[in-house]
Amino acid sequence: MNYLIKNLVKSVPVLILITIIVFILVRITGNPVSLMLPETATHADRVALTKALGLNDPLYIQYFHYLRDLITGNFGTSFRYHESALPIVLERMPATITLAFAAMGIALLISIPLGILSAIKRNSILDVFITGASVLGKAMPNFWLGIMLILVFAEILNILPVSGSGTPLHLILPAITLGTGIAAQITRLVRSSMLEILNMDYIRTARSKGLVEFLVIYKHAFRNALIPVVTIIALQTPTLIGGTLVTEQIFAWPGLGQLLVESVNVRDMAVVQAATFIIAIFVILSNLLADVLYRYLDPRIKYQ
Amino acid sequence: MDLSSILSSKKQKIKNLALIKSRSKKCLRLLLKSKTGSIGLVITLTAIFVAVFAPLLAMHDPAATDALNRLKPPMWMENGSASYPLGTDNLGRDILSRIIFGSRVSLIVGFSAVLLAGALGLILGLLAGYYQGAIDWIIMRVVDSFLSIPSILFMLMIISILGPSLISLIGVIGLTRWVTYARMVRSETLSVKEREYVKSARAVGARDSRIIFTYVLPNVISSFIVVATLSVATTIILEASLSFLGLGVQPPDVSWGLMLSDGRSYLSTSWWIVTFPGVAITLTVLGIIFVGDWLRDILDPRMKKR
Repeated sequence: MNYLIKNLVKSVPVLILITIIVFILVRITGNPVSLMLPETATHADRVALTKALGLNDPLYIQYFHYLRDLITGNFGTSFRYHESALPIVLERMPATITLAFAAMGIALLISIPLGILSAIKRNSILDVFITGASVLGKAMPNFWLGIMLILVFAEILNILPVSGSGTPLHLILPAITLGTGIAAQITRLVRSSMLEILNMDYIRTARSKGLVEFLVIYKHAFRNALIPVVTIIALQTPTLIGGTLVTEQIFAWPGLGQLLVESVNVRDMAVVQAATFIIAIFVILSNLLADVLYRYLDPRIKYQ
Repeated sequence: MDLSSILSSKKQKIKNLALIKSRSKKCLRLLLKSKTGSIGLVITLTAIFVAVFAPLLAMHDPAATDALNRLKPPMWMENGSASYPLGTDNLGRDILSRIIFGSRVSLIVGFSAVLLAGALGLILGLLAGYYQGAIDWIIMRVVDSFLSIPSILFMLMIISILGPSLISLIGVIGLTRWVTYARMVRSETLSVKEREYVKSARAVGARDSRIIFTYVLPNVISSFIVVATLSVATTIILEASLSFLGLGVQPPDVSWGLMLSDGRSYLSTSWWIVTFPGVAITLTVLGIIFVGDWLRDILDPRMKKR
């Protein structure tokens, strides 16, 4: 429990730094007064609004007001939707989370069997093929893969929808697009982790006592090889969310990524801020989760 | 300085030179032994060659439109023509020439952003690892905060402020990617610092700057080069993604990512517009990854993959 509290305390300065970075970015973006007032506004209107928004205060006071607003969940009003920013962001979350989980599921489904196979059949043609495929998966930009998948499955074969959402069929192509890059990475990791463990003494012991090869692989090797993999999966959260930004754009998937790209394009900074914070909190929590899981799975690890 | 010491320092230099020569020979032999390494080097050098000599290699002006030859398929297909080997796009622009010119943006952004990020990360990582204490704490918390936000999101925000252009693309990628290097250099520095030769250098009174530059840096640099090479590859993908989202290079400049976003609307009729730029990106990135893996094998035997 102690380390959990320690880690939570460690993420406080990180969160504060993020607020400072975002505060600076938002302040540089321009004067919100000119965005909020109509073009016909007089000089007196501007002065009044500037004062009302507290923009004449020293920067550090503005920052503290800003922090106070954040803690109460007030991220400002989106000028595009004329609504509070936080609910707009939260409303888009389920779509993105669905996509992220589906992508991760596909990635694991592909990478774990392939990683194990290429480790067991090390240096065989199969291994060369799998390793080659994983390098290719890393080299291919995932948005291009998405476009190619649309071309083949939606345009030529006409079996899957081009874009949009609503049915499970709509989820297939975006999830494959997003999952492939991650699968490539995890395959490599599973392979190297398996290879390391297959060299351990206890594997030799298990084999020499006449254990069936399947049990050696599954019970003794695979379970232990999974430890670094689990951690990496939790640490993939930023990559996954970053990936949704582009993937959602290609498939018109109505999630956070699409909202963010649109909001950045029209400079709807209230929404951008709210989304950034939600994502940052998400990432920090999943890093914590990675840490907890790692300790739980590998009791040998004791931090000072 | 007397004559004998000058002579001996000269001898030392000659010795060093010979050492470098024999080492580079060894590297070359190792390269030729590695199949993927040689393929990677050939691809990478070809890409650089194409980028440098783009005006000589391209058959057409990459921005020149040709209303009579819109959406022409590649030359091996029906209706294709030899003057447009890979076909044309919706404005009749030559795909091949655009790919040739597009390589410039990819490589310029790839190399200069990595240079910027690498320099920043190297300096901050050395400072954090060598001095530890408060500097280390501050730098590492900044690193943590950058790592808590997907870097592409950071880039979106900053580009929305700066406006999209080649320079802001390089700056933004450089300013967000330094954290990877800083973390790696810091942890390497921490371990090098505890070695005997650093301790003895400090015992004889060497200055910090001397210890950092003559003892720590050379030991850190090989992992650094490996990571930097591999991240040229990821940076090229990032540039393409940002340009694809409309936040990178702006027309009339050409970028592979931009070509992909142009071609998306013509997917159902003209597959070639979106296929070839993607192949170009994948090949280039693949070549650089191969070179990076090979560099890792020779520079950093500890990291050697099994």
